[in-house]
Amino acid sequence: MDATEIGLWGVPLAILGGAIRVSTPFIFVSLGEAITERSGRINLGLEGTLVFGAMTAYAVAVMTGSPWLGLTAAAFAGLCFGLFHGWICKFRGVNDIAIGIALMLFGSGLAFFFGKPFIQPSAPDLPAIPFGAWSDIPQVQAALDVNVLFLIGAALAVFLWWAFRNTRAGLILRVVGDSSDAARAMGLNPDTVRLIATGVGGALAGIGGAYLSLYYPGSWTEGISSGQGLMAVALVIFARWNPLGCFAAALLFGGAGALGPALQSVGVTQGYYLFYAAPYILTLIIMIATSSPSRSLAGAPGELSITK
Amino acid sequence: MTDTVAGAGAPATFGARGYPAALEWIARRAEAVVIPLAALVVGMALFSLFILAVGKSPVQLYETMWRGGFGSWFSIQNSLSRAAPLLLAALCVALPARLGLVVIGGEGAIVLGGVAAAAIGVALSGAPSFIVILAMGVAGMAAGGIWIGAVGALRHYRAVNETISSLLMAYIAIALMNQLVEGPLRDPASLNKPSTEPLADIYRIDNMPGMEVHWGLAVGVLACVLSWVLIEKTRWGFAARIAGGNVRAAQVQGLAVGSLIVGFTGLAGAFAGLAGMLEVAAVQGSANASLAAGYGYTGILVAFLARHNPLAIIPVAFLLGGIDASGGLIQRRMDLPDATVLVLQGLLFIVILFSETFYGRFKAFNPDLWRRST
Repeated sequence: MDATEIGLWGVPLAILGGAIRVSTPFIFVSLGEAITERSGRINLGLEGTLVFGAMTAYAVAVMTGSPWLGLTAAAFAGLCFGLFHGWICKFRGVNDIAIGIALMLFGSGLAFFFGKPFIQPSAPDLPAIPFGAWSDIPQVQAALDVNVLFLIGAALAVFLWWAFRNTRAGLILRVVGDSSDAARAMGLNPDTVRLIATGVGGALAGIGGAYLSLYYPGSWTEGISSGQGLMAVALVIFARWNPLGCFAAALLFGGAGALGPALQSVGVTQGYYLFYAAPYILTLIIMIATSSPSRSLAGAPGELSITK
Repeated sequence: MTDTVAGAGAPATFGARGYPAALEWIARRAEAVVIPLAALVVGMALFSLFILAVGKSPVQLYETMWRGGFGSWFSIQNSLSRAAPLLLAALCVALPARLGLVVIGGEGAIVLGGVAAAAIGVALSGAPSFIVILAMGVAGMAAGGIWIGAVGALRHYRAVNETISSLLMAYIAIALMNQLVEGPLRDPASLNKPSTEPLADIYRIDNMPGMEVHWGLAVGVLACVLSWVLIEKTRWGFAARIAGGNVRAAQVQGLAVGSLIVGFTGLAGAFAGLAGMLEVAAVQGSANASLAAGYGYTGILVAFLARHNPLAIIPVAFLLGGIDASGGLIQRRMDLPDATVLVLQGLLFIVILFSETFYGRFKAFNPDLWRRST
């Protein structure tokens, strides 16, 4: 069977494959942001962390030849950004949303600064597992070529979902996120918990960035992230701070992002730029549909400034 | 001089604590100047460390920056030209901030304002120039106003977070521009860089007399002054400040919070749309991807640096316009990436936000805490 014979079936197949490919950074960023927001802070700077993580991973992978070292370096860089956000926000009068915007600009600027020499060379990719090997249709094989990070992300979502309700750390996180006063009464230091939560969130966003530069699209350019880090923040609200919801929403967003290229592959080129905007439009529609002026969002951490 | 005398109509030259009233007046206002300036100095010092760490000379960097942005009449004009859109883009952040809203999607309003203005300019070609330029301004302001006004409406009526929605709408606006410029509005003659049809020369906005800076600068300064009057001297500005402090309290007072939010965000977007129109009419001559040049994002920094005070936006926009303008020279002279300026801007932004924590902590700025001067 050759490419032309499956015809329009190629579109849903490409969207499925695209959803798996495109969604992975969303999964990591949104899980990281879910941890951060559960602690009562919001880090809009994950967009900058994502870009800086992508650059770091690529640069380290080029220099050492190991994509896994690149991934580790990206996670470490993300951790530093997250810890910085967590530290600076504990001061009175420092607004977490504004600091996030500043870190978004700073992270991207720093990534472009150091990333300049790495635009040309090519780095080794992160490995993928060919789940489609049973089929001899190339489109099916392409769609089911699943990167290991996607599987790790899926496992992480399940683990976090379980950990939020069943572990001591998960309970501490939720108490701090719901009420600083209650946490202090229990002898917990909310600033420390938020520092750790934001740091972990940053590290996960760094991993999301590593996926961008080391697997899909698989190279370092200054336009590598087009708001994925930011959409992930919106996605966490839509998913009601539930890790499993984050995973599902990330797949949905990935599918929307793959819509444009999928249609283009079967020859639909009209409105290419509008299809390209599909994830943003989808995010906006979801935010409008799920917000309400009269009641606070179900499951929202009480200390979160964005839902007040 | 005793308290009772001071309270009973003594010469107003002395405050209640016996210090000259002028000194107290200065002390109370000095905080808003000294802290941002100190933050600016600290930010530049940190950036010096960064430049040292990458093996270049900070002295040479700041010297180059001075030469590229402020050192000659030529470079000052260049900085002023870049300041023009920044003034309007910063207002797009500062006006909603009065209501406690963080709107960061001004880039979208700039882009759509530019496209709307270009479309009207081409459609009306043949009409008298002042009518066309006026219509372009109105179209740009309407497009930007509707775009950001919608963000405000969503915030008020649907409780959609304005920070995220405005940035999402900026991405949508850029996609919309690309679609329009490559599709229905495309000038077939523009091959490499899809653009709308170029405006006829008579519809272009001139430079101001005696300088190489277009009239957009005057428009931007005027918009800042008018915004200051609106915020500080009118009842709408007063109402907005109450609503920004506490929405419930404002509603109890009978203020139409919804109209205030939509009105302020709409006006903010209109200013950003005007910036797009000016870019098209005074700089580019047509609408194309160059409209998304990042003025909307630098405008966020300008507004925060000015602490959302429209009058303070004027000098800050000039400062950042100059830093922007020196980017090319820094790149050529010092062999540093063009993102150097972005790093400096991000660093300044962080330090400025951090400096917020120092307000109200220094006794020197608060005469109420001074000891009596007896």
